[in-house]
Amino acid sequence: MAEKETTPVHEVRPTTQELRVPARFIPSPTIEPGHSFATITDHISTIVLRRKTPIGWLIGFLISLMGVGILTLSLTVLVGKGVGIWGINHPVGWGFDIINFVWWIGIGHAGTLISAILLLLRQEWRTSINRFAEAMTLFAVASAGIYPALHTGRPWFDYWLFPYPNTMGLWPQFRSPLMWDVFAVSTYATVSALFWYVGLVPDLATLRDRATNLWVKRIYGMFALGWRGSAKHWYRYEHAYLLLAGLSTPLVLSVHTIVSFDFAVAQLPGWHATFFPPYFVAGAVFAGFAMVLTLAIPARKFFRLEDFITMKHLENMGKVLLATGMIVVYAYAMEWFYGIYSGNPFEIFMLKNRATGPYGSMYIALWICNGLAPQLMWFKRFRTSTFWLFVVAMFVNVGMWLERFVIIPASLHRDFLPSSWGMYHGTVWDWGVYVGSIGLFFALLFLFVRLLPMISIFEMRTLLPEAQAHHTEGTEAQ
Amino acid sequence: MAQIFHRSANTLSRVTIFGAVFIAGFVLWAIGGIVRAPYFTNQGIQRQQPVPFSHQHHVGGLGIDCRYCHTSVEKSNFAGLPPTSTCMNCHSQIWTNAQMLEPVRASFATGKPIVWSRVHRLPDFVHFNHSIHVAKGIGCASCHGRVDKMNLMYQASPLTMEWCLSCHRAPEKFIRPKEEVFNMDYVAANQAELGPRLVKQYNVQKLTSCSTCHY
Repeated sequence: MAEKETTPVHEVRPTTQELRVPARFIPSPTIEPGHSFATITDHISTIVLRRKTPIGWLIGFLISLMGVGILTLSLTVLVGKGVGIWGINHPVGWGFDIINFVWWIGIGHAGTLISAILLLLRQEWRTSINRFAEAMTLFAVASAGIYPALHTGRPWFDYWLFPYPNTMGLWPQFRSPLMWDVFAVSTYATVSALFWYVGLVPDLATLRDRATNLWVKRIYGMFALGWRGSAKHWYRYEHAYLLLAGLSTPLVLSVHTIVSFDFAVAQLPGWHATFFPPYFVAGAVFAGFAMVLTLAIPARKFFRLEDFITMKHLENMGKVLLATGMIVVYAYAMEWFYGIYSGNPFEIFMLKNRATGPYGSMYIALWICNGLAPQLMWFKRFRTSTFWLFVVAMFVNVGMWLERFVIIPASLHRDFLPSSWGMYHGTVWDWGVYVGSIGLFFALLFLFVRLLPMISIFEMRTLLPEAQAHHTEGTEAQ
Repeated sequence: MAQIFHRSANTLSRVTIFGAVFIAGFVLWAIGGIVRAPYFTNQGIQRQQPVPFSHQHHVGGLGIDCRYCHTSVEKSNFAGLPPTSTCMNCHSQIWTNAQMLEPVRASFATGKPIVWSRVHRLPDFVHFNHSIHVAKGIGCASCHGRVDKMNLMYQASPLTMEWCLSCHRAPEKFIRPKEEVFNMDYVAANQAELGPRLVKQYNVQKLTSCSTCHY
């Protein structure tokens, strides 16, 4: 690797240098200087193609596999005995299953936002995190999918969720948001998988060409679908990718909107609110960026990707975290306004009970995690410190789980009649499935970073000045 | 650099991609067919019985009314299976030595009922009531087919929920005058005109709520 210069040459426009603007106004680079096409390709593809598996990877993967084991055990017992082994019962019919479903689906949203919306808005900094974030989306959707599939109680009849010409002469209830959920989530999973795979094709071809083992070549070659990098291929690729980005863009908004309808359509204080769709979408992006940070900060360190995932990326994600966090806090405040303004005694009781009832401590913790912690992101000092970013991201991960807990069981446990009041606690099997789904998520992620390039190689190359049409030899020498 | 795939890989990949679409389509189509086939529904499958009782002979040939044996069909959810004594009303006089009727005589002598094998079996989670259907002008033959032409009894209809709903959603297509309910030969002259009139006259509702049958 060439020696680094202090000023990111290719990022600085000649005019800014002539004007001698203060350093803080010069944008920090999306890729550290000193890289060429070859160094980028080498660095990223070597992570995948090296023969020796790093010991740290093995340890992490084994720990994740233990989680998968817990998941397998919990789900086996669940299918054998039924959903009665969970903590759900009257009056709290939705517990960890729906909390965790919403939590995981929300986490997935950052991937789609980064890959689709930021692509259409031509945000260059998305390039080095999109592949990683999209993979995170896919694995989060996989973990999310476990819950609705298993919470039906008889998962072997789950195909009834889909409209098909059955011998019962019945269609699902198209007026129910739960039905829309089936379409929203399955479309989301399909489009995300396609988007991710189409974006991978040129890189799979790179891996095919750089691999030395014939069978490794063949496997990557099979998935590269005969990519030769001709102008025609690139032309079609760009079209397909843009079309898929267009398809994914509404999904960023629609999926969590429909998830929020699961609640908003029900006439229950704490659920029945018109601001739920934007509140949930903002919460999803908030949770998603927190998870991207949680994963990117250690991965960047471990695989020495500081040149590609620069402080600019982390800082931008910190800003997104602050912006979406403020929307979420606004929604928390509006819940109080709507409740009190309605004058409805049940709404007011729900709010009082939420803050001071048996789950009041969780509500306070929610405010600390989602309301207070992200406020650190106002300050550049914290936004540019990986330690503080990681801490805030962890707070948000926990906070967003608490938010769903406060919305779901805490709204259900005090029914309209005191005679139907109850309490909800997750059982060991609830926690088993939850820990297990986290294990599954990380196991898939570990496989991903070992088997596929976690940063888009060819898109990173386009960030270099050499890739620009107006580039002439010697520009770097200034 | 040597090629890593043979030339045939191009053809193979195209065939795989197009083939997958057709295979998936075919599998779905086949499943749709299999679940409606007699293998699943038992439609049209004759059952072996302890005594090879022929409806064709007794109903078609001798003209015995359905209600002579199935006595509770107008009053109960269950149409009723005749006790051995009903058989013996005639068979104590005729065919008294027939080998075929030995189990009937044995049942009568010992008082142990004949164990018929059931032909129309609905799932436990669905309730069906014969009396209301008979009372509202649904003929025996509408569901059970031409029993007067069946040698050994078999299930004429698929008994799928889809099949139940085909009538519950449009009773005017199947309804007949009350006096024709037990008539095996009944053919409506003008169902399109008669059906809606009878539906109105008998106050037949289109009962398609889940709890009509599942309760």
